[in-house]
Amino acid sequence: MPGKLKAKIVAGRHLPVMDRASDLTDAFVEVKFGNVTFKTDVYPKSLNPQWNSEWFKFEVDDEDLQDEPLQITVLDHDTYSANDAIGKVYIDIDPLLCSEAATVISGWLPIYDTIHGIRGEINVLVKVDLFNDLNRFRQSSCGVKFFCTTSIPRCYRAVMIHGFVEELVVNEDPEYQWIDRIRTPRASNEARQRLIFLMSGELQRKIGLKVLEMGGNAVVGYLQCFDLEGESGLVVRAIGTACTLEKISTLPATATLPSNSSPSKDIKEPVFGEEGPGVPLSSGPPTPLRAQTFSSFSPSKSYSRQSSSSDTELSLTPKTARIFLSPSTPALESESSSLPSVHLPHHFRPGMASWSSTPPPLHVSQSDTAMLRKSVSFSEELLLAASGMGSGGSAGKEAGPLKALLRQQTQSALEQREYPFFTLTSFPPGFLLHLGGVVSARSVKLLDRIHNPDEPETRDAWWEEIRQEIKSHTKALGCHAVVGYSESTSICEEVCILSASGTAAILSSRFMQDGPLETDHRLSRQPLVFSTGSERVDGDMGSTASLGFEEMVPPGCEFCHIPYDELNIPFPAQLTYCCCCRRYKVPDVLFTTIDLPTEANITGKGCLIQARLCRTKKKAQGEGNAMAISNLLPFLEYELHTQLMNKLKLRGMNALFGLRIQISVGETMLLGLASATGVYLTALPSPGGIQVSGKTPSDITYEQHISNMQKKINDTIAKNKEVYEINPPEVVEEIIGSPIPEPRQRSRLFRSHSESSDEVSEIDLSHGKKDAFVLEIDDTDAVEDIHALLTDSPTPAGFYSCNTEIMPGIQNWTSAIQMFTSVRVFRLNNVNLTNQGLNKVFSDLCENLLKSLYFKLRSLVPCCLCHLNFTVAIPEDELIQVAVTAVAMSFDKELTLENGKQSGDKSLKKENDEQLQFNLELNAEMSSSNLSSPKGLTEVGSHPSAKDRCSSWIEQLRLKAHTIRRGSVKTTSSLEKASPLPEGRSRSLRSNRSYSGSSVAVVRMTPLSFIPGAKIIKYLGIINMFFIRETTSLKEEGGVSGFLHTFIAEVFAMVRAHVAALGGNAVVSYSMKECVFMENPNKNQAQCLINVSGDAVIFVRESEVEAASVHPQSAATQTSNGEGT
Amino acid sequence: MSVELDVFVGNTTIMDKEVYQLWLNGYTVNDAVTLRIEGGVMEECEVLLSDTMDQYRTFQMCERLLHHPAKLANQLLFQIPPDRQAMLIERYYAFDDLFVREVLGKKLSKGTKKDLDDVSSKTGVMLKSCRRQFDNFKRVFKVVEELKGPLVENIRQHFLLPDQLARDYAAIVFFANNRFETGKKKLLYLTFQDFAFCAGQLINNWTLGAVDNMMEDMDVDLDKEFLQDLKDLKILITDKDLLDQHKSLVCTALRGKTNVLNEMEANFKNLSRGLVNIAAKLINAKDVRDFFIDLVEKFIEPCRSDKWTSVDVNLYLTHYTNSAHILDTFKHHSVWTRYMGVIKSCILKMYHE
Repeated sequence: MPGKLKAKIVAGRHLPVMDRASDLTDAFVEVKFGNVTFKTDVYPKSLNPQWNSEWFKFEVDDEDLQDEPLQITVLDHDTYSANDAIGKVYIDIDPLLCSEAATVISGWLPIYDTIHGIRGEINVLVKVDLFNDLNRFRQSSCGVKFFCTTSIPRCYRAVMIHGFVEELVVNEDPEYQWIDRIRTPRASNEARQRLIFLMSGELQRKIGLKVLEMGGNAVVGYLQCFDLEGESGLVVRAIGTACTLEKISTLPATATLPSNSSPSKDIKEPVFGEEGPGVPLSSGPPTPLRAQTFSSFSPSKSYSRQSSSSDTELSLTPKTARIFLSPSTPALESESSSLPSVHLPHHFRPGMASWSSTPPPLHVSQSDTAMLRKSVSFSEELLLAASGMGSGGSAGKEAGPLKALLRQQTQSALEQREYPFFTLTSFPPGFLLHLGGVVSARSVKLLDRIHNPDEPETRDAWWEEIRQEIKSHTKALGCHAVVGYSESTSICEEVCILSASGTAAILSSRFMQDGPLETDHRLSRQPLVFSTGSERVDGDMGSTASLGFEEMVPPGCEFCHIPYDELNIPFPAQLTYCCCCRRYKVPDVLFTTIDLPTEANITGKGCLIQARLCRTKKKAQGEGNAMAISNLLPFLEYELHTQLMNKLKLRGMNALFGLRIQISVGETMLLGLASATGVYLTALPSPGGIQVSGKTPSDITYEQHISNMQKKINDTIAKNKEVYEINPPEVVEEIIGSPIPEPRQRSRLFRSHSESSDEVSEIDLSHGKKDAFVLEIDDTDAVEDIHALLTDSPTPAGFYSCNTEIMPGIQNWTSAIQMFTSVRVFRLNNVNLTNQGLNKVFSDLCENLLKSLYFKLRSLVPCCLCHLNFTVAIPEDELIQVAVTAVAMSFDKELTLENGKQSGDKSLKKENDEQLQFNLELNAEMSSSNLSSPKGLTEVGSHPSAKDRCSSWIEQLRLKAHTIRRGSVKTTSSLEKASPLPEGRSRSLRSNRSYSGSSVAVVRMTPLSFIPGAKIIKYLGIINMFFIRETTSLKEEGGVSGFLHTFIAEVFAMVRAHVAALGGNAVVSYSMKECVFMENPNKNQAQCLINVSGDAVIFVRESEVEAASVHPQSAATQTSNGEGT
Repeated sequence: MSVELDVFVGNTTIMDKEVYQLWLNGYTVNDAVTLRIEGGVMEECEVLLSDTMDQYRTFQMCERLLHHPAKLANQLLFQIPPDRQAMLIERYYAFDDLFVREVLGKKLSKGTKKDLDDVSSKTGVMLKSCRRQFDNFKRVFKVVEELKGPLVENIRQHFLLPDQLARDYAAIVFFANNRFETGKKKLLYLTFQDFAFCAGQLINNWTLGAVDNMMEDMDVDLDKEFLQDLKDLKILITDKDLLDQHKSLVCTALRGKTNVLNEMEANFKNLSRGLVNIAAKLINAKDVRDFFIDLVEKFIEPCRSDKWTSVDVNLYLTHYTNSAHILDTFKHHSVWTRYMGVIKSCILKMYHE
């Protein structure tokens, strides 16, 4: 019985009128968790009821806490007839189960009804008291953190990356149960919403268990998807990367500790963590092994532990640790005697080994490393090691059943190495050694009813197959790992296409081998780093880069070097020497599914490149249909690839990042959409032009036509090079092949066909000779290709676009961001369209959508649309649906530096300094802010950064309306500033939430993992919401557009409200993973399902961090002044 | 082939001021697109159409919130920066002077609303926009009617309007409540701003709230007690001596300061009778309605026919007011000041040379 869930219903507002006679409502609330229900009193005749209920307490298993949502139903009391439901709120308890996330849910949440949408708001308070469960057979996995972010979250560092975790659960879809025929649409929708909540809770718990087994404490790059298989059921599946994360302490040693000069400080510099997951600086991931054999004694660790008490840090189990601890600990204690808690065993960071003055551990460490050097030559050992270590680490918390677990875990680790996959898309510098290229696999399956929901074996087996295939492709590319891995499905009736893709890579084995050397290097470097004042390092890639180990890494070109054997190339590719280091071979083009590594050297800027394709297909049933689709798939992929390649060349670029190929299946057609961000990698050879050649060069007009076309293409390339500022330094190189395009060198595509006809395998980036990219116009297809190539309208001036996290070549983001979702549905009225016609329609649809976006966002210019994520679907026979979610971020044009790296360094150092200052001042500020429960209304007077119009308007409006506007941009952030301690902060937030508080906190949303100009100081938990909306009065709600517009706005509102209730002010890594829209205009009906996810965070503006460090006192006094409002 | 559905939703709600104005003005989507193309924002019709429809939808969804502007600030559906909120409210409640001039002083009833198409064709303001403006008047009227406290302040707080706009609404509410006649031919030369100024004077000086800042004060109705007291002023015209004495005092004071002294002297009794009679009759609601027409007929027109300048009028009224205090037998000084202060500033505002 390890948990007590407490909920209090405070008040409601803006309720709908439920009683026509009085124009009022007699509202009461039912609070339900599991099978227990509580009710509030009826608050008669009010649209703004004040229930102010007692605390409803639910005593539940933590397993249930993870699975179940808290369900709040608002009803209108009716004496004579049945009570009418006003709406419901589902609250995901999960963020409260993790000690590092939110501590309370409190705020106004929209009351949602699947038929009427949002109907007023309710103010609730939810808390959880969790007792630790030491039972080793427990089924819960409370405390495992989940992140949608596909990089190491900003305020954490990765101690270990364990690897791939996956899970899926299946169930019957309530919409297709017999009972659905007799129940109301509302009941059916609610059953569905609830079921999906339950299933994703269960899924998350199961994944959490796997992570614990592997010894991790977090899942990064968590990707959860629904497959609505209709009759055959409902599948919820998720993949992610298990990690051991460690919170970067917010208090540097210098701020809190008197022993400034002690050597502990050097250690405090997070020698290791900063390198992040890959531990690239030291001997790779040897951490685990060494840590197991002798434990750490780092006093610095204790510091950081002290300072951030909420951390669930890993500490080594005493069993393994103590042996070595005893000699080292006393020595340390003598050095920094001010710390009573130093002797706690802690997990280990390799850097310390060499620092230590105790010989035995040092010795062990070295021999260990030696051993490691042997063993880690292949990633799978690496992963094995990783999980081995992790298990030791996590066991520190529940020391009891450790040994038994350890054995299990080793086993499971062995299983895990089946899939050396990582869902992350960006990595700490140095972690990625080489990139092989994109690997993908698809499989067409026929759905059948899932007979036993508890045994989802068929679905598991399907994915297993695909993953195996990916793995074998990876091997073929000479790589041992897959990064940027993702899985997706497309379902039409009973046919389902399963797809998986990723980028084959070799991870930092070089560093592993250089281990001991590395340690030396570190030693010499430590004082230096310390002197720069950057003790505090965040998980931020940029920071790591700044810490400068460029001296060992060739300038950002290493990852381009081919991982495969040059003499044994798995596919025909044109290799040249790297244009940066001239030592290693690189391919002529590189396609990847990951973000551009931060250390990458690029020339100019990047841009969004899309290949779009539509193919008609005959209507068919069952087996035949599946066969037809799988026969079409290779052609589709081939053409998408060709298009991508052509468009890439046309822009004068040589690499694609963030490649995402989506294939969508409908009854009469297949859609393919490939999106990626093209860049010019300096390391790769300059791409040759595109040469058009005719097959039958007999006709003169024909020749002329071709030469015209050629000229157009050349002009476009020249123009694009200018637009994207691609002017690579001309290098004298050993030219392989002539720079003059050689005719008849058609690009080739490598595809390894597996035997089974229903599977299609990897696309690979390979084509003919370097400068010779020739388009033969021998058929209408090619003409179409060229047309398609040239009709892509250019991005308007001032705009850039990409589908990756950041736009290559732009650094100076301002804080203006605008996240948006746009959905279009296109009806093809003409049934007899040819492939070309369809292509054009589809391509125009995407182009027009982009054009509209540029127009809409013109006020943000100069700006970049980042993370442009297109999703295509074929909801009905003649409908094409395109949904886009992206963020527009404006940047400073003047400062768009070529030497972004340097400026990045500078700003980073500055930032670190600020941080330091900030923390130094913290104590004083804390005390005052605690006293005065900061309301944070710093914008009133002296806050100099209250310069934007926003805040002044707030003032004006407040004066006018005499209403409280606590949640303006300014106030919210200054609030955080006032009490940076997580505990204090949330408490103060809560106390601020007056019930009548008529304020709406501004919540930012972004599909990116960061917020420009701001620092994420806390992750509050994952947001994963699923909503259904249905209407039987489509016309009255403004038609399909009006209906969907409202619904999307409502979904945004609910996400924002839940984030604000958790105490957050932003959602990062936001994505809309599902948007299923169905309509029946004849019946005046429509239904839509939306699934969104993201990470709720608290951020502070960097400028305010600065301000806080300068005037902490004045800020605190101000906040107390603002109390009265 | 057609676009079946097309939506764009931003986390921060994007609203184009220009499109908002077109929507407020009552243009249809297609007209708005045409206007925008002419405006040169963009020539691609398709893009503009999509954007315009989107914005119109957003505005329609926002409209019910705009009816209760305070709700706009604490609703969750749209995340709108405070400066945008203020803009939305201000523009939504903005009105055309031409239109308001037509309905000023009319009962804000269904009947009046039915006649809006006439008003629309007369003023050139689109019917849709007329309806919006009319409904705004009515909404503000209904809310404020029941409220205690200063009128302007109430409007500003409930509708979050900027000061000037709140004052204008106060005038409209005040006129509608007292049903002042403004539509007569003789009054047509007056603009809304003239009336609004007068309303401000009346609200500030003649209502109960003007003298008494207590809880129960009402700004919408005139101070009955004061109106009652006004009857006492009759003595100024009924008492022959007083009238003559008053006249001689005024004329002496004016000597040498104006070119129309003779006319002033000749007209003094007429003008004085006019003003004092207006005062005495104000106790009757019907005569309150005719307040402005009376001012024009009894004072402004005679002066204008004698070609007084504004300076003359000002001079005359100043001395007319002040001299009364010197009269021995005249006792009602405070009532006189309260009355003449308003009359003077109203006349000056209404006196167009």
